[in-house]
Amino acid sequence: MRKEFSSIISRKIKANEKLVFMTGDLGYNALEPVIEAAGERFINAGVAEQNMVGVAAGMAYKGFNVFTYSIAPFAVYRCFEQIKIDVCIHNLPVYIVGNGGGYGYGIMGATHHAIEDIACLSSLPNMTCWIPAFVEDVDYCLNKIVDEKKPAYLRLGLGKPYPNPVAISTINQVISSESPEITIIAMGPIVHNALEAIAGKQTIDLFTILAVPFLKFSDALKTSIERTRKVIVIEEHVGRGGMAEQVLSRLANESLFPDAFVSMHAKGYPSKLYGNQSFHQTESGLDVASIQNEISKLS
Amino acid sequence: MKYTQTQIDLRRKLLSLYYGANAGHIGSSLSCIDVLIALFGIKTDAERVILSKGHAAAALYCVLNHIGEIDDLTLETFYKNGTKLSAHPSANSFLNIPFALGSLGHGFPIACGIAQANQLLKNSDYVYVVMSDGDTNEGTTWEAAHYAVAKKLSNLMVIIDKNNLQGFGRTMDILGDTANNEVWSHIGFEVIEADGHDVAQFKERLQLLKGSSDKPKLIIANTIKGKGVDYMENKMEWHYLPMNAEQYTQALNSLSTLNNA
Repeated sequence: MRKEFSSIISRKIKANEKLVFMTGDLGYNALEPVIEAAGERFINAGVAEQNMVGVAAGMAYKGFNVFTYSIAPFAVYRCFEQIKIDVCIHNLPVYIVGNGGGYGYGIMGATHHAIEDIACLSSLPNMTCWIPAFVEDVDYCLNKIVDEKKPAYLRLGLGKPYPNPVAISTINQVISSESPEITIIAMGPIVHNALEAIAGKQTIDLFTILAVPFLKFSDALKTSIERTRKVIVIEEHVGRGGMAEQVLSRLANESLFPDAFVSMHAKGYPSKLYGNQSFHQTESGLDVASIQNEISKLS
Repeated sequence: MKYTQTQIDLRRKLLSLYYGANAGHIGSSLSCIDVLIALFGIKTDAERVILSKGHAAAALYCVLNHIGEIDDLTLETFYKNGTKLSAHPSANSFLNIPFALGSLGHGFPIACGIAQANQLLKNSDYVYVVMSDGDTNEGTTWEAAHYAVAKKLSNLMVIIDKNNLQGFGRTMDILGDTANNEVWSHIGFEVIEADGHDVAQFKERLQLLKGSSDKPKLIIANTIKGKGVDYMENKMEWHYLPMNAEQYTQALNSLSTLNNA
């Protein structure tokens, strides 16, 4: 999604002189078009994420809308207090962009993974986390972020295009079944594993939710849950504070109590062994076979 | 140096606030109140002063009361439930309190952002940031220092309220002299030193510094923690202690003899 992101930002920043793009010294082979498009509004802040976010807050106070970019763990954790105080408490339009959310940086190791980012950031006031699942979602999320002019986080991963055309919204029905038995909700590009797992099955409704927190279920998602009464949430993020807990809380708020609820989530480093993103997904039971297994158990 | 009537009046107000609230940070506020008087006497309406040492909020509140931004009734709510005037500055209530501050190391990067925005907006505004000795321990201070120099933020004015004391000891004994003229000059700041309690001299030096170069500017304001209350001066404990009735009377007496020496 990084290339798509770079291309959309380049277009937006050319058209909107209030946009500023800061990077924590990352973006090689992706952000070059942004440098070209943004001119003096492209700022390499160096490997100093806390200062970058503080500077962004100062610029936002003066009327700019500022992106701060790094890989997800550096964009979020190092500068968490700056995001909380300087940005969120003042409800300033600073947009944190984390590339490679989840296990996206695979073999780079634990320092480069971000599997608690949504839990951390979604607890902050005024903050909305945006998690595109398909490449086309990046444009939708960026439009929302720039339009809303408030603190936001964009978690980028390795996305592919939608399998079928969808009028993109914050909650999307990706696969719809005539007589659904299970409702699956995926957060982010892990949806591709879900798609592969349900290929050929006629009994699954598959949804993505692109925002945390989200205000309410779409009518289609609510109807699906009411029909199937079985929900699986899949996310490349720890269970605590992630999408599953968001969905559970929403279910309770809407007095929807399904018969079965399964949270499939990142489990850290259970074997203390390291590998690529797919390896870590398998370790956490987020791979295609594990998803198929959960579906079988509920069928 | 003679204290001006404003310096004495605002000190009296400050002590009354702290006594009424039974609160500490008196020494920190007495250390920087003269710098704040000077800055608010110089800055334009559009310019901002960022009090990175947010624990001296009461000094800022008294100065904002003096210039009419915080009325007397509001000032009296200091420290009380339902106040806009918390011990450290809170967000979103007053034009000249643009940011909630009090976790050290936050004000300087924010000021860099405002300076950078002013450059992009092509205005001639300065931004002023007041840091404590403790602030200069924070890693963000050194990130921001290099940032300010690299990005040529010549419209940034950093003031270090250098009283040589911090949270739990003397600055020199903790991480060394992080507010050192040579260190900051070497990084690329245009540095001067000034008496942080002589308002007239401080203003004069600051104005001279403004036109001096294209570098970001830094004033090491040599100050005394607790300045103006004899028994508090240069005493770390007055970072924390509230005054009892006897101490309050003593402090007021101390103020009344300020220009006698």
